[in-house]
Amino acid sequence: MEILLALMVGILYGSGIYMMLRRSMVKLIIGIILLGNGANLLIFLLGRITKGAPPIISGDAKVFAEAYADPVPQALILTAIVISFGLQSFAIVLVKRAHTVVRTDDLDEMNATDEDS
Amino acid sequence: MLTAILTGFLFSILLIFAGRFIKGKLSILASLVPLGLFVYFTQFISSISNGEIIMRSYEWIPSFGVDLGFKLDGLSLLFSLMITGIGFLVFAYTSSYLKGHEYLDRFYGYLGSFMGAMLGLVLSDNMITLFVFWELTSISSFFLIGFNNTNPASRKSALTALGITGIGGLFLLAGALLLNNIAGTYSISEMLTMSEAIRGNEFYFLAVLLIFGAAFTKSAQFPFHFWLPGAMKAPTPVSTYLHSATMVKAGIYLLMRFTPVLGGEQIWNTTLIIVGGFTMLYSAFHTIFRTDLKGVLAYSTISALGILVFLTGLGTQEAFLAAAVFIIVHALYKATLFLVTGIIDHQTHTRDITRLSGLNKIMLPVGIAGILAAISSAGIPPTLGFVGKELTYEASYHSESLVIFLMIAIVLTKILLLYAGFVAGIKPFTGKLPEEHSNVKMPGFIMWAPPLLLAILGVIFGVAPFIIESALIKPVVTSMGGDASEIHLALWHGFNLVFILSLITIGVGTALYFIIKPSKKLEEGIAKFDFIAPENILEKFNKLFIMISNFWTNFFQNGYLRNYISIIILFLVVLVGYIMVGNTRFAIDYNSLSKITVYEITTTLILIAGIFYTVFTQSRLAAVAAMGVVGLSICLIFVFYSAPDLAMTQFSIDTLTVILFVLVLYKLPKYLKLSDYKTRLRDGILSTIFGLIITTLALEVLSEPVSKEVGDFYAANSYIEAHGKNVVNVILVDFRGADTLIEISVLSIAAVGVFGLMKLRLKMKDRRRYADTRLSEENENKKQ
Repeated sequence: MEILLALMVGILYGSGIYMMLRRSMVKLIIGIILLGNGANLLIFLLGRITKGAPPIISGDAKVFAEAYADPVPQALILTAIVISFGLQSFAIVLVKRAHTVVRTDDLDEMNATDEDS
Repeated sequence: MLTAILTGFLFSILLIFAGRFIKGKLSILASLVPLGLFVYFTQFISSISNGEIIMRSYEWIPSFGVDLGFKLDGLSLLFSLMITGIGFLVFAYTSSYLKGHEYLDRFYGYLGSFMGAMLGLVLSDNMITLFVFWELTSISSFFLIGFNNTNPASRKSALTALGITGIGGLFLLAGALLLNNIAGTYSISEMLTMSEAIRGNEFYFLAVLLIFGAAFTKSAQFPFHFWLPGAMKAPTPVSTYLHSATMVKAGIYLLMRFTPVLGGEQIWNTTLIIVGGFTMLYSAFHTIFRTDLKGVLAYSTISALGILVFLTGLGTQEAFLAAAVFIIVHALYKATLFLVTGIIDHQTHTRDITRLSGLNKIMLPVGIAGILAAISSAGIPPTLGFVGKELTYEASYHSESLVIFLMIAIVLTKILLLYAGFVAGIKPFTGKLPEEHSNVKMPGFIMWAPPLLLAILGVIFGVAPFIIESALIKPVVTSMGGDASEIHLALWHGFNLVFILSLITIGVGTALYFIIKPSKKLEEGIAKFDFIAPENILEKFNKLFIMISNFWTNFFQNGYLRNYISIIILFLVVLVGYIMVGNTRFAIDYNSLSKITVYEITTTLILIAGIFYTVFTQSRLAAVAAMGVVGLSICLIFVFYSAPDLAMTQFSIDTLTVILFVLVLYKLPKYLKLSDYKTRLRDGILSTIFGLIITTLALEVLSEPVSKEVGDFYAANSYIEAHGKNVVNVILVDFRGADTLIEISVLSIAAVGVFGLMKLRLKMKDRRRYADTRLSEENENKKQ
């Protein structure tokens, strides 16, 4: 399964970059989201995956009795997901606003700061 | 001594507040500053001539070995007296020359800070302090050359001068650091004691080159000479003071100062003789082709600097003596000629030598000054110039090798300089007064007295050279590492080969003066060769440099986001790919991998399908929906592999993102197919390679052992210390609580930004444009 996951991470990265290279702003944002998902999955994979053993101490025990999944990558990814949501929502609204003002979705037409170019 | 140096700077600072008082009739009072300093320095003459060396040291940055160390010996004293003495005359002269000028206070401010910097330069014993003052002189020179800042030519010349001398300053700094590395000290007097060790060091050659780089740029030696004629755009008092008498001699000063430390080796002497010799001949020859008085003087100054470099290079006792005398000779006659030129320019409003003659009928004292200076420059007895020339000839005659070549070079130079001196000093004051100048008036006393005083000094020192012999000349020779006890200056040296050469020089030079008349034709003739002149080569190089920089910047900073991304990714791919080729082992232990179940296969397939659908669909809505599918599949993977918290978060965030996207989507334009097939193929290949690299990288990392130490710590303490059983939660809200707090703040900021972008209204201007575009779009729709 690890190999499969690694392959998926590669696909997510590749497609994310491909979308970011498009000229449309909407595609740019989709690309960023895909890339973000890829990065999360990569961290998750590299922290080693464990099946059926969530890092939650069961019942009355005070410490883990048996093997458990590493909680550190999970904590990192959780933070990353939330932060990337902040980024994505801001980017989406920014695109909308930019479109309202300059009336284009084409990034190539937005490469100058001067109004009349 | 520090006070003396700071006086100039204090004076300039004072002018910021008291400038308007100095602009009026009181402007002559400014000259009291250099006069006071001159008097201050004269009191050291007797002790210095007794062989004393006065040292003062103030701590500055002791941890770097940098202190404000000052040393007053023969060489520094000579320069200090020149700086303050000529400074006094120039300050006084300026008060009349720029009378009522709007920015006279500013001018005095620049002059004052220059004087302070120049004094600091010649008195510094510490190389870092020397460097600081060296740069300060370049900067004040920049302001003075560009004083007429409304004139583009002035600004350009100022920049050129700053550029060339600034590069020289960097050489000096590098040289200082290197010498510090070799000698372990920045103090020049300490370097003196370890001259042997420095000369034997493997970096000696480099150190000499750096010092040469500094000296040749500052003292306008070929091929860096061209900034000096350009610097003549400055008002004439500046040309007199900085670009003839003092600042341009800073390079000579540096060479003389380092002669006892670095000199005596083949590379030192030969380079100086070649560079100095070529410069003196080249620029003396150039004077023939100038019709602007200041142009003639500029080139003859470069030539004189060349002679000084040449003499320093000869490295003999006689040469040091000749150099010491020639510095004084040149300062006296060249300052006079510049001041005279300034008067002519001021009164007749022209410096065109072809239009000037017979002015002695109007301004006799100025004429006397000019003619005396010309005679001194020609080396005709009884002036000090004659003494200087005799010594120069003798030094060249007694050099160790190639006497013939050296003699020819120096005699030719002197002949041409004689011509230049006559053109500048005698031509305007002889012959018939042209009609156009018949209304010219006699200048005021304050203007003609300084040049006359300097010219007369040149004669007095010539008749009675003993006045300066022990007071100034001998200590300078001692400072340069020579033995001064045998020196005896005299006007009459006896009838010998040198005297015959002197006669020949005077004869041929005078003949030349009567044969060649300065004319526009000659000037235009030489202009044809401008394309091989160093300044034009530099200019072309500058243009090329700007072109390449432009290309470079526009290539990388082209304003297209996707080009930035492509370059970054390409760079990463090449770099990581290069390392990975050959280092990839594919050594995963297949037994340690988790088993694949049918659920996982299904999820993976959905995920891959979702990704490809997102990328290739033509509809925005479908793309966003597919993206949601991708997010949910990842959510499932989290569920399978023991990360319930992640799954929860991913689920809610993914849903929220899709909703937000859909909410604003209807306002966005249709998906346009903007790129052509080729571009997409190229991007596709790049992305695929990038994805492959990431996959390989992940597999490589998986084959390495992993440490769970940090995770174990949290797991062990989660309940015992923090009383929580969900370890991930405990990490976020307890162990790393502060991080989470900051994360919440970031989210709040993003939320405020989102709110602002959604709700705030457009500015009037934008709203109008928005309305306009709406209108035109509607019109187009109607047409269709």
